Amino acid sequence: MYSEKVMDHFNNPRNVGEIENPSGVGTVGNAKCGDIMRMYLDIDGDGIIRDVKFKTFGCGAAVATSSMATELVKGKSIRQALEVTNKAVMDALDGLPPVKVHCSLLAEEAIHAALWDYAEKNNITIEGLEKPVDDIEEKIEEEY
Amino acid sequence: MIYLDNAATTKVSEAVFAAMKPYFCEQYANPSAIYTFAGKSMKAVDEARKDVAGLIGAQPNEIYFTAGGSESDNWAVKAAAETYRAKGRHIITSAIEHHAVLHTCQYLEKQGYEVTYVGVDEYGVIKLDELAAAVREDTVLITVMAANNEIGTIQPLKEIGEIAKRNGILFHTDAVQAYGHIPLDVDALGIDMLSGSGHKLYGPKGIGFLYIRKGVRIGAYVHGGAQERSRRAGTHNTPGIVGMGAAARLAAADLGENMKKQAALRDYLIQRVLDEIPYSRLNGHPADRLPGNASFCFRFIEGESLLILLDQKGICASSGSACTSGSLDPSHVLLAIGLPHETAHGSLRLTLSGETTKEEIDVTVEELKKIVGRLRSMSPLYEDFCKSQEG
Repeated sequence: MYSEKVMDHFNNPRNVGEIENPSGVGTVGNAKCGDIMRMYLDIDGDGIIRDVKFKTFGCGAAVATSSMATELVKGKSIRQALEVTNKAVMDALDGLPPVKVHCSLLAEEAIHAALWDYAEKNNITIEGLEKPVDDIEEKIEEEY
Repeated sequence: MIYLDNAATTKVSEAVFAAMKPYFCEQYANPSAIYTFAGKSMKAVDEARKDVAGLIGAQPNEIYFTAGGSESDNWAVKAAAETYRAKGRHIITSAIEHHAVLHTCQYLEKQGYEVTYVGVDEYGVIKLDELAAAVREDTVLITVMAANNEIGTIQPLKEIGEIAKRNGILFHTDAVQAYGHIPLDVDALGIDMLSGSGHKLYGPKGIGFLYIRKGVRIGAYVHGGAQERSRRAGTHNTPGIVGMGAAARLAAADLGENMKKQAALRDYLIQRVLDEIPYSRLNGHPADRLPGNASFCFRFIEGESLLILLDQKGICASSGSACTSGSLDPSHVLLAIGLPHETAHGSLRLTLSGETTKEEIDVTVEELKKIVGRLRSMSPLYEDFCKSQEG
């Protein structure tokens, strides 16, 4: 049911782990629905994402989308990171089964949550970044 | 490959397959036909009926062959509801039934029936006091499974049968997981109807039966020809029926020593997992459970990830996690025994067969230890838990 790319990122997830004293950290999802993603960002003075790590509780697709999302934002500017949508993550993974689309939304949301945390810590506003929703599933249900 | 998903389906045993073979290309007659050639097929169907009946202490003419367990459940529940509509429109079942019963009950609710879903305790045993209290004047059916497919817990059928009898209510049991795995006697247990399936006991897929006690009046479900005493139409699935009969005969011989052996291996597996993997728990009753069923939850990890990694080591297993059910909710059974959502998401079911070896169990436990450790190392829930322990 999963593409080769999804299986590759599930088996060899990139950037798993934690960053001590991160510039920003965000956790999205909930245990009730079975997926939780946490994203750590290390952002330098020029607003470039120097390092990114993740931890995920969830299915194969949840792990793979987290892994792919970290690859897509690493070394990028905040602006570029904001452009990493769930669709971009899905496309990079050669697609996901329909029931797993919510995992890619969670990955996008995890990046946003970490950036939001970074903005709050530094007392800045990132244009185009909205406050992440607490319960991602509520948002998904509205969208369907 | 290590196959530990025998509750999903079993391998057809060589002996069963050998018994079935002549009924495809050689003895292919429609058993209902009049000529001598067909007579042999009908005789084989009758022999199989005896073997299937014998395993539950029933009479052969109380066995009706169907296309499988789901059909049997649908027939029993829907036909009982319809036949006794004049008496009442209330059905009692449990919260942990298989979907073949649960969704049938929900279908009946849409047709204007009322259904009481009786709860279970932490081991998955039905609450008998709640069951007795749920009985109403308009209750027409109690349907409670013999043993649960996910957590293996065996239900107190005798006590349920007594409640049903005392109140003059029909008692149906979905014995798809239990039939041929534990001793069942329809008279001793007060069972009026019982569903069984072939492929859970080394028989073929696509064949099952419904036991209907003599004198129990329920309507037909599949209408058509006069097969199965005009209660279940459709040309007899001769090879399937012969296979089901052969499987029942083998199971009868296996119920004693072999099941004890399987249960001992199951207990060895359970003990090793609980001893060697921290934050793991056994789901279901520790003693009153199916001989081949071991069901666990591992905290901080999710079931589908676990299954994929086990699969890569050649180990076939199943889980009640949301991701494997196609919805966002984990198994209704695990929630009914009181597990929190996040724990229920990390479930693993390993079901043994008569061929499972100790070596296979040892390999599985070793792989499981590594995989659970790996998934925990990348789990934010485990990270939080470890930090809270430090703090």
